[in-house]
Amino acid sequence: MGKQIMEASHAISEAVKMVKPGVIAAYPITPQTHIVEKISEFVADGELDSQYIRAESEFGAISACLGASATGVRSYTATASQGLALMFEVLFIISGMRLPVCMTLANRSISAPISIWNDHQDSISIRDTGWIQLYAETAQECYDLTIMQFRISEHRRVLLPSMVCMDGFVLTHLYEPLDIHRQEEVDDFLPEYEPFHAILDPKQPLTQGPIGFPSHYMELRKSQIDATKGSLRIIESIFNEFSKKFPVEIKNSRPDDYRVIEEYKTDDADIIFVAMGSICGQIKVVIDKLRKNGEKAGLAKIVVYRPFPDDAIRKALYNADKVAVIERAISAGANAPIFDEIRSLFYDDSRRPNIRSFIAGIGGRDVTLKHIEKIYYMVKEDKGKKEEWMF
Amino acid sequence: MAIMGLPEEEYFSYGHRACAGCGAAIAIRLITKAAGKNSILVEPTGCIEVVSTPYPETAWRLPWIHGAFENAASIASGIVAALKFMGKDKDINVVAFGGDGATYDIGFGHLSGAFERGDNITYICYDNEAYMNTGIQRSGSTPYGAYTTTSPSGRMSIGKKEWKKDLIHILAAHGSPYVANASIGYPIDAYNKIKRAIETKGPTFVNLFSTCPTGWRSSTEKTVEIAKLAVDTGICPLFEIIDGKHVINRPKDISNLIPVEEYLKLQGRYKHLFKPEKKEGEIAFIQKRVKENLKLLLRCAECGL
Repeated sequence: MGKQIMEASHAISEAVKMVKPGVIAAYPITPQTHIVEKISEFVADGELDSQYIRAESEFGAISACLGASATGVRSYTATASQGLALMFEVLFIISGMRLPVCMTLANRSISAPISIWNDHQDSISIRDTGWIQLYAETAQECYDLTIMQFRISEHRRVLLPSMVCMDGFVLTHLYEPLDIHRQEEVDDFLPEYEPFHAILDPKQPLTQGPIGFPSHYMELRKSQIDATKGSLRIIESIFNEFSKKFPVEIKNSRPDDYRVIEEYKTDDADIIFVAMGSICGQIKVVIDKLRKNGEKAGLAKIVVYRPFPDDAIRKALYNADKVAVIERAISAGANAPIFDEIRSLFYDDSRRPNIRSFIAGIGGRDVTLKHIEKIYYMVKEDKGKKEEWMF
Repeated sequence: MAIMGLPEEEYFSYGHRACAGCGAAIAIRLITKAAGKNSILVEPTGCIEVVSTPYPETAWRLPWIHGAFENAASIASGIVAALKFMGKDKDINVVAFGGDGATYDIGFGHLSGAFERGDNITYICYDNEAYMNTGIQRSGSTPYGAYTTTSPSGRMSIGKKEWKKDLIHILAAHGSPYVANASIGYPIDAYNKIKRAIETKGPTFVNLFSTCPTGWRSSTEKTVEIAKLAVDTGICPLFEIIDGKHVINRPKDISNLIPVEEYLKLQGRYKHLFKPEKKEGEIAFIQKRVKENLKLLLRCAECGL
């Protein structure tokens, strides 16, 4: 198909079509609907040979994915916000059973008050469930990361579920130029699914999902956590392989090389922003403008949030004097989550950047270029409180 | 040696940790015998899941999966879809079974979803009429008047105040080609029903009445006797609904029913109906409803409904 102008949701649908999951189970929720509608059309038109389960709820959808994956078939779902919250229990079970289920999350605020608009509270709130989390900035990244997430999840040394997070409306409903890869090359990058985990097969009866007594539970959890941490290197190498195999066709549609932390003009930067998702596009525009005025600003974009890329973040921020973490999520009664995690990375260092916390774009509130510029000068001039809400 | 003509193979191994006299363990043996070798079993959280899989041990000789408490039907739907994708759906049975808590209550929406979609699964409820795994709490299947730890009898309470949820008819109303009520007290009937449910294409359901001596406060050696009495009093009539039409297996009329009192008095969960003084009114009320219920079933069958 080559170059197209396409809605980012449909870019996801295209990627799903090309990775050919055997079972897709989903339940509609705004702003994820365009993704699953398009996939339904692909199945209806015979363009995608998948079993599509119209589940009775998100809980049913993710449970069906669990069952399909445990039977040895590639499985996929998509959801948002309340839907993800409803799946919460099963998210832990899937990662604990080491099943490589893949999901797209259209990031949306959590009720109450009910809001269909974007922030990251949904995915941040489930960060401890053992799912790999990848965040996209553009339609091209949505498409590419979706293809890569299956390779990552299904890798024999990973075997963990993953979600590609895309900002609701801001990205899901955004039309952008997109380079669609050739099916043969995608097939070459992601061969047909061959499960490396236990599967349900009468020829070799196995028990899956047993009860773990205190004598064994801890060891099982530890091995899962080790695999999660260890997946970072595998993600890096899959990012590398993908970037070489599929070079950039459309300028600025994605980084030349996918990295767990994408660094934008950080080399000589005094002040570095940290953020993830679509907001990074605006931050880059502001950085370019600031640099024209002689300001040395940069961005460390978190592409992989779980597993948390400690070393890559430290490396990106190491030479900065000041860091502004901009987050679309909160932890009620505590510091903002990413801010806290980044600050703790530098605890043992004698030289630490000054790190500040900015809450922005909650419940779909617009984050403008002015907001970001304001953050820059607040940090530069040491104005404001440790945590600032950018209304 | 084959007992009662049932297959000799045991797919639910000895060594599991179920209580003495566990009716559900009998239910599982019947279910697995009926399902046979080419089956995948799905089970929600519950007694049997806990007693059968203390990692790294397992009592299962068939592929078996447990996810959560409420989602066995959805997991089964996913398995059926995966088998379909691989072209193996005609060779492998997908059989889910759970207790009444998982089936009547917390997993009800997912069960309804699978039945509405027409997914080719068989779901068996080993119905012991309360949340036994957590310690005998009231469920939607607990019968009127029964003591549970959350519907205790007392000066102001008769035990559970509500009648049992009629799940069998609710599932029949989804358009299921086969739903049935069975009891471990009549194992051949139960085996045949489970087998028929599995062999029938589409979503099918068997409610399998299973005594729980621990929860019902009954003697462990009376497990089968109580399960038989439940049928012969009309409390748990054996029937099928085949393509929407009732077939009543036992009892076939209301004239020779054993009085419900004979059934109730064997169980500690009903002891407040007898002590300190006998509550004749309550027992008569239960007797009346049981008869009315059975009359209605028989009438359905008579009218070809």
